[in-house]
Amino acid sequence: MKIHEYQAKELLRKYGVPTPRGIPCFSVDEAVSAAANLGGSVWVVKAQIHAGGRGKGGGVKVAKSPAEVKTYASSILGMQLKTHQTGPEGQKVRRLLIEEGADIKKELYVGMVIDRGTQRVVLMASSEGGMDIEEVAEHTPEKIHKVAIDPVKGLSDADADEVARKIGVPAASIPQARALLQALYKAFDENDASLAEINPLILTGDGKVIALDAKIDFDGNALFRHPDLVALRDLDEEDPAEVEASKHDLNYIQLDGNIGCLVNGAGLAMASMDIIKLYGGSPANFLDVGGSATAEKVTEAFKIMLRNPELRAILVNIFGGIMKCDVIAQGVVAAAREVSLSVPLVVRLEGTNVDLGKKILAESGLPIISGNNMADAAQKVVAAAKGKN
Amino acid sequence: MSILINKNSRVMTQGITGKTGMFHTKTGKEYANGKNCYVAGVTPKKGGQSYEGIPIFNSVREAKDATGANVSVIYVPPPFAAAAIEEAVDAQLELVICITEGIPVRDMVRLKYKMEQNKSKTLLIGPNCPGVITPEEIKIGIMPGHIHKKGPIGVVSRSGTLTYEAVGQLMEIGLGQSSCVGIGGDPVNGLKHIDVMKMFNDDPQTEAVIMVGEIGGSNEEECARWIKANMKKPVVGFIAGVTAPPGKRMGHAGAIISGGKGTAEEKLSVMEECGIKTTKNPAEMGKLLKSVLK
Repeated sequence: MKIHEYQAKELLRKYGVPTPRGIPCFSVDEAVSAAANLGGSVWVVKAQIHAGGRGKGGGVKVAKSPAEVKTYASSILGMQLKTHQTGPEGQKVRRLLIEEGADIKKELYVGMVIDRGTQRVVLMASSEGGMDIEEVAEHTPEKIHKVAIDPVKGLSDADADEVARKIGVPAASIPQARALLQALYKAFDENDASLAEINPLILTGDGKVIALDAKIDFDGNALFRHPDLVALRDLDEEDPAEVEASKHDLNYIQLDGNIGCLVNGAGLAMASMDIIKLYGGSPANFLDVGGSATAEKVTEAFKIMLRNPELRAILVNIFGGIMKCDVIAQGVVAAAREVSLSVPLVVRLEGTNVDLGKKILAESGLPIISGNNMADAAQKVVAAAKGKN
Repeated sequence: MSILINKNSRVMTQGITGKTGMFHTKTGKEYANGKNCYVAGVTPKKGGQSYEGIPIFNSVREAKDATGANVSVIYVPPPFAAAAIEEAVDAQLELVICITEGIPVRDMVRLKYKMEQNKSKTLLIGPNCPGVITPEEIKIGIMPGHIHKKGPIGVVSRSGTLTYEAVGQLMEIGLGQSSCVGIGGDPVNGLKHIDVMKMFNDDPQTEAVIMVGEIGGSNEEECARWIKANMKKPVVGFIAGVTAPPGKRMGHAGAIISGGKGTAEEKLSVMEECGIKTTKNPAEMGKLLKSVLK
């Protein structure tokens, strides 16, 4: 689960990470009074969306007067902010963060992720702050310093100091950097984060170390023990179809093709998308109905797929193990009737009770196209989507 | 022969009184030698009861001492599953297979750390996996037993139903399996592709291996490099997720392209470089395997 920058900063402040003072705002009036409350002569108006790359997309502006705060807040609030992470349609800005300006002397990068290689949380840091860390890793990997953190002892003083030194924190500011890194790890660990990034971490003219930006993602599997974090979820930032699917315990991801896929199991669901592409089609979604799909669940899945105006055909690909093919077939028939299916439907069933399942489909009287195996079904659905049936 | 489990394995089910635990213990018991293999169940506070004639104990230690069980399969709900694995590791079982999906990564990080610190000899498979089957001997997990038969092909995969798909394709061309191992879809887990591949390499029954991977991480690449240097048997591969968009978790917690890393293309190209025949067509895994058999 993702949260906004201002929420991440609030969380980090609780752990003692210094950040600029700031106030989240939902309207231009609030933004103007926030600037007045903060005082000073320079403010930063920052769009709050979950996607990164906000600055380049025009979602972050430095204002040098209250009038400029008003101008920038008016232009950013409500805009469709396009970044490399939002897709071409962009993301509507509904929240702002108004912050006091900072005296930036140097920009650094620090981040923490779950590293699969070491199977631990790894601290990554670089002197190249403010940049896309993936590009730094690609072009100048020697500028990225990593430390695997001991899950019992936490981030040691020695490791924190060494990383701080390597990324160019001056000796006088090392104790501050150490405290910040250790606080970041504590926040990461205690909240079941899956990623935490401060980019940039800045050194100010007077030697302070401050988190100028903050991004934290949380492990969805651990949210049951963090009701306070669940409250920070912003459904406006998520795809409506994906939100609807999650209510029905369906694993759904919207894609930009026109062939809907309903599959049991994540690996087979990805493979179904891949084979559609291989035969010249384009998948409209990833959808894993899981191991215990009922007729109701299948019906909901059909409804969600059919909301997509681009949809031209649907492929159902089930390898029934625990899930019996006759149960799925009944679900598909019931769903197709209930939603009065408007696009061709290709069904491939394999596994437990497959003959019974095929019989149910054949006797339903519905125009269901039967796929004999995965390749046959994929070819048929691609042809159907192109209107060739 | 086979790997990891055979008809002499003695299995306890942790979480045997839950719906899932009951169902899959019953199907496991009904498969091949299951009647002899499934010897114990564990659910705290339900010791003394029984299910399908299988005695239930309060703890893994008690179950092991009373029955000689050396393998555990875990169907405990996610908030308690890591502790269940830890209990089995502390009792020094040989093999622990955790089926549970949705365990917090933090719990797994701590568990793996403890296993490493204690130099534990227990092998862990999963979590978030379908389990392991040695056809016509023993089935531990949620896979449909009837689609398998005994034979010379090893299967290792991060996914459940995609493993069944591979097995189904093998069966169509008349090839049985030595063992099929689902290592699971989580980012922090037990055995990796490489660990299972080493076992298949040493197993006399296994003549060739299908390796099924998916986007995320670099386990497949590490396994491929090991294969190039050490493997005596042909291996073919498929990687799911060529069409997966970056930054999105594709169902499995570990199936995500992050920072441009862990793409299917990257994995496939390393595998090809290492002499592993790959296909981009998931319907041709069986056919490809047949083409490399001597």
